[in-house]
Amino acid sequence: MDAFKEHVGRVVPLDRINVDTDQIIPKQFLKRIERTGFGEFLFYDWRYLENGDPNPEFVLNLPRYAGASILIAGVNFGCGSSREHAPWALQQYGFKAILAPSFADIFRNNCYKNGILPIALPADVITSLSQEARDTEGYQLMIDLEQQSVICADGTAHNFEIGDFEKYCLLNGLDEIGWTLQYEADIAVYENR
Amino acid sequence: MKKTMYEKIWETHLVRASADEVPILYIDTHLVHEVTSPQAFEGLRLNNRKVRRPDLTFATMDHNVPTTDRALPITDLIAAKQMETLAENCSEFDIPLYDIDSPEQGIVHVIGPELGITLPGKTIVCGDSHTSTHGALGALAFGIGTSEIEHVLATQCLLQQESETFEIRIDGTLPYGVTAKDIILAIIGHIGIDGGNGAVVEYTGSAIRALSIEERMTVCNMSIEAGARAGMIAPDDTTYEYIAGKRFAPKGEAFDAAVEGWKQLPTDEDATYDRTLQLDAAEIAPQVTWGTNPGMVTDVTGHVPDPADMATVDEKTATEHALAYMDLKPGTPITDIPVDRVFIGSCTNSRISDLRAAAEVAKGRKVADTVSAMVVPGSQAVKRQAEAEGLDEIFRAAGFEWREAGCSMCLGMNPDTLLPGQRCASTSNRNFEGRQGKGGRTHLVSPQMAAATAVTGRFVDIRQFQ
Ligand code: SF4
Repeated sequence: MDAFKEHVGRVVPLDRINVDTDQIIPKQFLKRIERTGFGEFLFYDWRYLENGDPNPEFVLNLPRYAGASILIAGVNFGCGSSREHAPWALQQYGFKAILAPSFADIFRNNCYKNGILPIALPADVITSLSQEARDTEGYQLMIDLEQQSVICADGTAHNFEIGDFEKYCLLNGLDEIGWTLQYEADIAVYENR
Repeated sequence: MKKTMYEKIWETHLVRASADEVPILYIDTHLVHEVTSPQAFEGLRLNNRKVRRPDLTFATMDHNVPTTDRALPITDLIAAKQMETLAENCSEFDIPLYDIDSPEQGIVHVIGPELGITLPGKTIVCGDSHTSTHGALGALAFGIGTSEIEHVLATQCLLQQESETFEIRIDGTLPYGVTAKDIILAIIGHIGIDGGNGAVVEYTGSAIRALSIEERMTVCNMSIEAGARAGMIAPDDTTYEYIAGKRFAPKGEAFDAAVEGWKQLPTDEDATYDRTLQLDAAEIAPQVTWGTNPGMVTDVTGHVPDPADMATVDEKTATEHALAYMDLKPGTPITDIPVDRVFIGSCTNSRISDLRAAAEVAKGRKVADTVSAMVVPGSQAVKRQAEAEGLDEIFRAAGFEWREAGCSMCLGMNPDTLLPGQRCASTSNRNFEGRQGKGGRTHLVSPQMAAATAVTGRFVDIRQFQ
């Protein structure tokens, strides 16, 4: 897994609550047996028109947000299906972090496993950051995982919570399976008791 | 200390737990299907790892399988490739597979309990969010992502943080025509689709006790639609009766000994939960969703809501989006909404009792001319049982299509999909945009309500259905 330490990137606001993983990556793209190639299908039904052209009204298609790597969304982002294809699609599109007031549990877990940082911030902070992103073309944020902080251009910092283990894994790009396998003896003891 | 059932199962499955480390939880059963597993097996190969316990792993094909004649070749070549890949992986890693031609094939959450693989007190995972279904037998069962599938394949363990506990207590007697599906939809309507986030729900109370195991599965199945990590119901005599004689269940003295152990599982009297909610069964009415998530639900006697009445700006916007997508006007009575399609199936409502309930409504009646309706049994075993009881004949005579087992139009990965703009009464669990087909409009209901809706061509209150 890629390590995550610090990131500075352009911000795109997706003003929707309860964005489900069926929207993040629709089922017709789940038939692949590879782990790659999902980025172009991210938010497919919102992003493309019936004829396959980009939907000019969808926020990711606005030229001013091109190259965005930080997504801001409403509450309960990533609800629904456990498909890890959702974080794969977000990551392969270029997102490094998602900011929202809350996340669905399985989705949040899946993000950590793929080097994407899901950051929960209070709803009023999300609303104001999202407003800034709309008001200021090229709006950027800096994320410092070590400090657990989202830092605005004017220096304002918003701290966020993350579990110690998740933080450790992200900072070090840790292979979790390798981690567990170091305790193989304990697993064997458990199995034989 | 007094403990909840969740805490008991959690504690007995800890391989390692020290204060400054993330706990390592042992997994008793790992269920695998074709869609979320290929990248996990590939990961094992890349890292030269083995499957630690193929004997605790079971695989089936359900999401992609066609539900038409199984003798015909599969026309979707990418789906076929995914199924082939599962077969190759199972043979390479020695995992038992109930493939498309197996008499045991079916939706993973239907066959687990049916085969006696699902048992009280077990930890069960699957790369599928509706794994919560298995909690109906008193197991701790939850969905995981593909990286975690690889983790379980390699280690038979998961790195997990303990969840909060959430008791949802339903006392009283369900009115006529009100089902397990209506209980869970009413709960989700009440707490919202993120009301269970971070928690494992235990359903308790006399109304839950009165449910059959299959009905309990319907309730636990949709725990994830309230955001819960898992849903569970304490085992009781109903549970033991259900399990007795199932293929992989303990037999004879081993069964009796197992039952003695299972009797220790229920939550201790006076144990406390982190959150609680109480509802009265007598006040639950048949439910119909009107929007684009399962929390957008109302009584069949209700109306499509007005975005202007929503408490927050976000909810108002979400409701506007949903009504635009669903092509519904505020204030429309639910029973005025016509449908084009009816789908009876999915891991929520495709078991024999669901099909019996739907058949009872369909018997001697006809599907409306404007509606096309299909019944997709959850497993080959359910299908055989239904055919033995003549349910297939009842459905066919009424004008329903009778299909082979699989997920089918629950998510439309196979050819069973809604066309853009079509409106469907569905017994499945998700009414997300495009879930059953791009532009398709899904309304979630119970099997009885779905069958009655097929007949009348619009939603109908099953309590008044003659
Ligand atoms: S029936 Fe639907 S919800 Fe259940 S496992 Fe299949 S696709 Fe998932």
